[in-house]
Order: sequence, then C-alpha cells, then structure tokens
Amino acid sequence: MSSYYESEDLKKFGDIGRHAGPLAEQFFKYYGQVTGADGALTRREKALIALAIAHAEKCPYCIDAYTTACLEAGANPEQMMEAVHVAATMKAGITLAHAIQMNNHLDKLVL
Amino acid sequence: MSDRFSTELERRGIALPPRRIDTLQLNITRRCNQACRHCHVDASPARTEMLSAEGIAACLDVLERHPQIGTLDLTGGAPELHPQFVTLVERARALGRRVIVRHNLTVQFDGDPATKQPMDHLPAFFARQRVEVVSSLPYYQPYFTDAQRGSGVFAKSIEALKRLNAVGYGIPGSGLVLNLVYNPVGPYLPAPQASLEADYRKALAQQFGVYFNALFTITNMPIHRFRLHLEKSGQYAAYMDKLLAAFNPAAAENVMCRDLISVDHQGRLYDCDFNQQLGLYLQREDGSAETIFDFDAERLLRRRIRLGDHCLGCSAGAGSSCGGATA
Repeated sequence: MSSYYESEDLKKFGDIGRHAGPLAEQFFKYYGQVTGADGALTRREKALIALAIAHAEKCPYCIDAYTTACLEAGANPEQMMEAVHVAATMKAGITLAHAIQMNNHLDKLVL
Repeated sequence: MSDRFSTELERRGIALPPRRIDTLQLNITRRCNQACRHCHVDASPARTEMLSAEGIAACLDVLERHPQIGTLDLTGGAPELHPQFVTLVERARALGRRVIVRHNLTVQFDGDPATKQPMDHLPAFFARQRVEVVSSLPYYQPYFTDAQRGSGVFAKSIEALKRLNAVGYGIPGSGLVLNLVYNPVGPYLPAPQASLEADYRKALAQQFGVYFNALFTITNMPIHRFRLHLEKSGQYAAYMDKLLAAFNPAAAENVMCRDLISVDHQGRLYDCDFNQQLGLYLQREDGSAETIFDFDAERLLRRRIRLGDHCLGCSAGAGSSCGGATA
C-alpha cells in the first residue's frame, strides 16, 4: 500500500475539483477571501489560527503549508509554538470538560 | 532555451529596457568577517578579491563625469575591509554623491580577519561623512539571525546598532540614515515590508533601545550558497515554483537593474550584483567585457539586460531589490 501524506501531494490540492469543479471553485474563492487578505484579523493572525487548527486536526499538509504561511506573514517560532499550545490546551480542556458528562452519568448510576 | 523569467515576461508582454543609470554599485571586495549561509556572494574571511587602486580611480572618474549618477552603493563582502574604503567614501562624498554602505554590523567588532585591523572607528567615520548605512538583521530575535549569520551575531549586531544610534544614526532629526534589511531564513517569501517594519520598530525599541529608519525586505536569491542549500535539502525546484507562482508584473517592471550598473573587483560591469556573482558580465558587440575603464553611459543604456531564472527572486510577491520591496 502506498503511504499517505506525501509532501509532494500538497500541490495537488487544486485538483480536488476534478469531479466537482463548480463546488471546488466556490470553496477556493471562499478560502482565498478568508485567508488571503487582512480583514478584521490580520493575515498573520489568521495564519496562526490555521496553524493551530492544522495541529488539532492532525493534517500534515496543513502543518507544512501554514508553517510556511506563518513565516511569510512575519510570525516567529515563539508565536507559532504558542498557537500550537492554544490548540493543545483546547484539546485537553475539551477532553476534561467531557468529564462533566461522566460525572452526571455517575450521579445517575450510583445509589 | 529561454529562462523561466524571460518566458514569463514574454507571456505577459513586459519589456525591461534600461531606464537610467542613477546608481553605481561597487562590489569592492568579497572578503568578509562573516560567512552567512544565504550569501549570494559566497563571501568569507578566506576571500581575497579586491578592486584595484586603478579600478577605484576609474569609478571616481565615472562619478565625476556623470552627474546623473547620484548614488554610490558600496557592497562586498564587507566593503570596509577594502584598504581604500575610507578614501573612496571621502572622495565620493566630496563629489557630492549620496553614498550607501552595506555594513554588516559585526565588522565593527570583528575587524579585518586577515590583518586584525580593528574597525570600531566606523560609526564615527560614517557619521562624519554622512553616508547612508544599510545593515542586515534577518529578524528582531536571535533565533533566525544566528541561524543565518552565525552563532552570536544577533547580540553583536545589537551592540553595533547601539553604537550607530549613539552617533545619531536612526535618530529622528539627525539626518543620519540607518536602514535595516530583513530576508527570510529559508525558501519562503518575505512578509509584507510595512508590517514587518512595525514589528521591528516596536521590538527593537522596547527590548534593546535600538532605533532605525526603514526596513527593506529582500527575497533570497536562488544562487550560489543558498542554491546549494536548496539543492542539498531537495527544495530547489519547489522554491523556483514558488517564485514563479508569485510573479508580480508590477515588481518585474521595477527591477533595480533598469536603474543601476554593478561593478566587480576587476572593473567589469553587470546589470546587478546577482548577475555579477553569476559571471553574467555586460558585453560589447565584439563580445569583450564592458568595464569601468571604458564606461560609456549612452552605450550602456542601449544594452539588453541579461536575464535568468534567478530574476524570479526580484519579481516575486512584493518584489525585491537592494532597496527592499518594489511593488
């Protein structure tokens, strides 16, 4: 079986329109508008958010792409690592927050 | 076969004839106290190339005879390591020319690697001559700077900048201009110049009490030492694709080679310092090299600028030149 997540494959992202061109076109237009320019958030802030999400969603393509994008937006490794910590702490917090559900269920089960 | 830059120009119908010669850029020595990983000159303490005394005299003569050449831009290597550096600056200033020195900062402390001659007189000399200082500082933190320019370079650069500030450079109202240069520490494009300049200004003032005038963002040229790094790490093709994908017609039309002439240590003429390092010297009709010794401005303005794949470095994104972004 061939391996997934080859760095070389990142440049094929544009090909996702192969069987649904108009939908891909809409996606890329939206994607470009959201990530490609300063808005209420700067491009740098958006790149750091995207980097954090790339880690939380464990997407190697996105991690490569947004590591570069962060540098090209003027971010530095300290800021980038801090963004990853935001993702990590959100993951941890989300996991722990589910303990409320566990406790609620325990309360129901235990006499 | 046409290079990728020329092909792109042709596809978009862009022509790049020379516009004027307002700058004479001299690479007076390839000797440097540093050996930076991205250096397109491959400069280092081991290099020995120096422009001869006759070459220096010819450059000054060209300046004297061509008032339209308002700027003398001195680079290297570390240009301060040329034995006639001081004389050259003084005479060009006496001719009323704006003189830019591409000063690597650390040479103030390291001195001449060959002769051990100290160079701590430079800030006062620069201020006396009112030269414009342009200095590389790849980032406002040590990590990127030391990765590119060598361990400890950031701390030394900050101390050198403080010395320049102390004589007035970068201080509002002094008229002494200190510009910094950012370039990426790998195969990626520079961040927008204005936003990065604001970051530098804030961080350098708050953390180190260092001040400067403007920040120039420069794209790394895929030649010599940097190209070797890209090839060894398997990133050359991807970097060239990135530069081509980011081709910006406005940046292409403002490439610096349209306005300057570059001179090497043998007196040969080029369109820019990058072409100089690639050996792409300007040729007369008979194939011989154009030199500073028979400088003919009218003939040079009729020349065809020599282009190559590397020119994509000047046309990518916001553009890149010795004066920073161009678009």
